[in-house]
Amino acid sequence: MFRKSDWTDQKIEVIIANLLRIGVMSAAVIVLAGGVVFLARHGVQPARYGSFAGEPSNLTRWRGILQAALGLRARGIIQLGLLILIATPVARVAFSVAAFALERDWLYVGVAGFVLMVLLYSLLGSGL
Amino acid sequence: MNNLEFTLLVGLGSFMAGFLGALTGLGGGVVLVPLLVLVFKVDIRYAVGASLVSVIATSSGAAVAYLKDGFSNIRIGMFLEVATTLGALFGAFLAARVSTTSIGVVFGFMLLYSSYSSSKTPVEAPEDTHPDPLATRLGMNGVYPSLSGPKEYFVHRVPTGFGLMFGAGALSGLLGIGSGAVKVLAMDQAMGIPFKVSTTTSNFMIGVTAAASAGVYLSRGYIDPAIAMPVMLGVLTGSLAGAHTLIRTRTKMLRWVFGVVIAALGVEMLYGAFTGKL
Repeated sequence: MFRKSDWTDQKIEVIIANLLRIGVMSAAVIVLAGGVVFLARHGVQPARYGSFAGEPSNLTRWRGILQAALGLRARGIIQLGLLILIATPVARVAFSVAAFALERDWLYVGVAGFVLMVLLYSLLGSGL
Repeated sequence: MNNLEFTLLVGLGSFMAGFLGALTGLGGGVVLVPLLVLVFKVDIRYAVGASLVSVIATSSGAAVAYLKDGFSNIRIGMFLEVATTLGALFGAFLAARVSTTSIGVVFGFMLLYSSYSSSKTPVEAPEDTHPDPLATRLGMNGVYPSLSGPKEYFVHRVPTGFGLMFGAGALSGLLGIGSGAVKVLAMDQAMGIPFKVSTTTSNFMIGVTAAASAGVYLSRGYIDPAIAMPVMLGVLTGSLAGAHTLIRTRTKMLRWVFGVVIAALGVEMLYGAFTGKL
């Protein structure tokens, strides 16, 4: 098993950095792909975003977003990329909980665990 | 304007915002919302949603460079994230309950404050080498690399910093910005954390703070893919380009110009809010 010395803060930070990079880059690629499809299909339609209408439910709930993206709907693909982007810091905090546990730093397992709960409440509790 | 033109123009503007934000260290988020609202006539709630998404992208993208140099303090960051994420949730709930006019007013003052704080040369808080019992128990004191070898530092006034961080989080959730100016106030001035440590740790925290309110914005339908797409891609590529640019000689001048632009946008935002155009 892991000894404490194998899991220094420095090592953990490098892993976190790479996790963040992978999350952001895959989100950017998906958003770009969705953007290309969107412009190819709707590029010449007028852009009107001055009045607020709110998004339809298939672009605000993760099930709807996933369905829309799998159905290759342009807005759904973009929204899936954005969802991955929002989930990236959440994954980072989840990883931190595990890392603090490996360091046997129970105080910070609690602190990071609380932050994770707040983030999950925001993502899921608000109806996503 | 059709969608193609909108995407290209917004993408270009976002690229410039991200580029200048990274080059001057002032962050691009603060000019994005005024740009979208005042120039592109986008509803402020959509603008805030798109800006939040781009804040996550730049913070997470830049963290890679910061994390590897050993300045950031993961425990300070995690502990203060309790305050910023709760604040961000509060800000996001507030955003749904107050009028767009009041969001515009708060935003205008925030811009003026950011411009003012960027014009001051920051003064490092006097070094206090007495360990604070609470900070010590929370394992926040650390060591950072300096020219004369590893240097120890001690963290102070944790409750004050925690309270200010709640405020920073609330502003971030309400306005869709990283609120770096408030974070620096809390960490440099109140808690006496060395500059390099506070700047890098704050950058590290911004993404988590923004994610806390972005979830609420997404489920509320405040994040429109057609607006967020050019904003996110533009700011991300702009800030990456800014971070890799070697022409740093004129940074001081650039900071000054950017500060004036931010102040002008603040006045414009307040004018728009008071004349009911937002």
